[in-house]
Amino acid sequence: MAEKTLLQAINDTLAQQMRKDERVVVYGEDAGYEGGVFRVTAGLQKEFGAGRVFDTPIAEAAIVGSAVGMAAAGLRPVPEIQFSGFMFPGYNQVAVHMARMHNRSRGNYPQPIVLRMPYGGGVKALEHHSESLETLFAHIPGLKVVIPSTPYDAKGLLASAIQDDDPTIYMEPKRIYRAFKQDIPEEEYTIPLGKAKIRRKGKDVTVVSYGAMMHDVLKAVDELKDEHFSVEVIDLRTVSPIDTETVIESVKKTGRFVVVHEAVKTLGLGSELISRVNEEAFFHLEAQPTRITAPDITVPLPRGERHHTVDVSRIAREIKRVATFE
Amino acid sequence: MKLENYDPLAGKQLQILDAEGKITNKSLEPDLDSETLLRMYKTMMLARIADTKALQYQRQGRMLTFAPVKGQEGAQVGPMAAAQEGDWLVPAFREMAAMLYKGIPLKQLYLYWYGNEIGSQFDKSLRVLPVNVPIGSQINHAAGIAYASKLQGKRDAAITFIGDGGTSHGEFHEGLNFAAVYDSPMVAIIQNNQYAISTPRSLQSKAGTLAQKAVGYGIPGIQVDGNDPLAMYVATKAALDRARAGEGPTLIEAMTYRLGPHTTSDDPTLYRSEEEVKAWQAKDPILRFRKYLSNKKIWNKDKDKEFDDETKRYVKDIFKEVENYPHPTLDEVYDYTYAVPTRELKRQKAAQQQRYEEEGDQ
Repeated sequence: MAEKTLLQAINDTLAQQMRKDERVVVYGEDAGYEGGVFRVTAGLQKEFGAGRVFDTPIAEAAIVGSAVGMAAAGLRPVPEIQFSGFMFPGYNQVAVHMARMHNRSRGNYPQPIVLRMPYGGGVKALEHHSESLETLFAHIPGLKVVIPSTPYDAKGLLASAIQDDDPTIYMEPKRIYRAFKQDIPEEEYTIPLGKAKIRRKGKDVTVVSYGAMMHDVLKAVDELKDEHFSVEVIDLRTVSPIDTETVIESVKKTGRFVVVHEAVKTLGLGSELISRVNEEAFFHLEAQPTRITAPDITVPLPRGERHHTVDVSRIAREIKRVATFE
Repeated sequence: MKLENYDPLAGKQLQILDAEGKITNKSLEPDLDSETLLRMYKTMMLARIADTKALQYQRQGRMLTFAPVKGQEGAQVGPMAAAQEGDWLVPAFREMAAMLYKGIPLKQLYLYWYGNEIGSQFDKSLRVLPVNVPIGSQINHAAGIAYASKLQGKRDAAITFIGDGGTSHGEFHEGLNFAAVYDSPMVAIIQNNQYAISTPRSLQSKAGTLAQKAVGYGIPGIQVDGNDPLAMYVATKAALDRARAGEGPTLIEAMTYRLGPHTTSDDPTLYRSEEEVKAWQAKDPILRFRKYLSNKKIWNKDKDKEFDDETKRYVKDIFKEVENYPHPTLDEVYDYTYAVPTRELKRQKAAQQQRYEEEGDQ
């Protein structure tokens, strides 16, 4: 076991998977020599050479499109998009090729690609450095979308994603890259994709979240510990495919449902989760399913960002409202 | 100056004023009045001082992340001195000197980097688009402005800046090609500052020069000593004349150097040597321009000292104003989302307003 930040856990996993499987290659803007602007890929070029770990020209379409080609030729690329807000030029390749090549070639060319990118706000960043765009990926058939919230999960999920034959968008909550450490095994382990984790057992209200927001949810639940109700907290970990079973089972027990995310409201993950709750647990509901999200506005620059942020006290208040609704 | 005399494929580079402040190409020295020359110099100085102060403030935790311009001032004031009032400036994100020359007040630029969108609400008559962060994408906006200018029967050109890294982007190709096929009045200036964050110029392109990329679009390209404000002026003037004559876009590569970090989040010592930085410090555009003006007897040490002191005070005062500027309100972050707010957005804002009233704005 060793104490690791989420960022170190990702770095360790990349190195471990590269040692194990020489088909794994890592590349992106500043990802080689410098080791990435956040240093997530630090030391990899030194260990594995500039053939398997390299810098690319600034060209996201080339970064994603070349991964599609590398995958077809038998590699397992793990390219990096520097910030999720810059993925749009590469989105064309994600949506029209990466997600469809397996289907188009009737299985001839699976796409064992992990497209990594930091996402999310709260770091006082410039424009396009604070977005939460998971819906744009989760909406596309053929993609898997993973968002870890702890160093332990970051490692196990990344190992699974690299070994998985489908393309995975691996979104890294940059706000908590270095926020805390966790004791995690040094040896390799995997966590199945598409499997949620119950972070807190409870019986009166189900709260679902993922990524950096998970920690604000847990803080909010801590604030509610003296209330007469108990909260079940589910960390989705994979936002596509969604672990519907775990969510529905919990809602059938609690009868109350709250979803919290950093992304904007309209067509966020909350929309999908509430639909599933309505479809599969409607007759168990005792209160209106509720979503706590950012408003439908562009992420403001830092001096106005607080208007976009979902804060702990709001989460606590809403959970209490739903839990005590009669 | 004839652009065709500076074929980038033949290894030609335009220089008029060398690093020592001496004229190396007398026949091409532009006949600029002292008012213009002083405005160029003072703008470079203001940018340099504002940049240096901002870096200090950032290190003190008073300023947020920003992209310093240090070293590239000459590549920016030369072109803007060649522009006419009606011409557009379509910047990337490191064009503080160009924006100041065009008339954007320092307070606006500071407010933007301070994290307030109001800093991008420029006086529209200045014809400057906001700072553009996604690499290379601004070139298509310039192509659109240039197309519109032509369609509207105007003689205004669009001047856009892009970096060496930006030339690797698909949009660089698309924008130049789009402008070229319709002979749109666009001038695209690559500030080749040798690095895209940590990635050196050699890993951006196999081409010997970035100016030669123009060949593929059927337009002229010229490589210029980007730390020579006079050469940048002359090259841009020639490009603008062509644009106004309906002959289409021009690509200018300014050979320059980013003396500071990519942004304040970057540590350039990780990827480049001190010797390399020193060699470029000797080619500083401000040093050579100061010598040029002194030789012309329109500037001297006393004036320089006086201007330097005055500008430092001015910059300090502006930053104080920026620090005291009110942070964006709920209305400001909601109300520009659409020209007319939607029902849903009005509902969301009202709900948030109510939360603030009950719980207080954080």
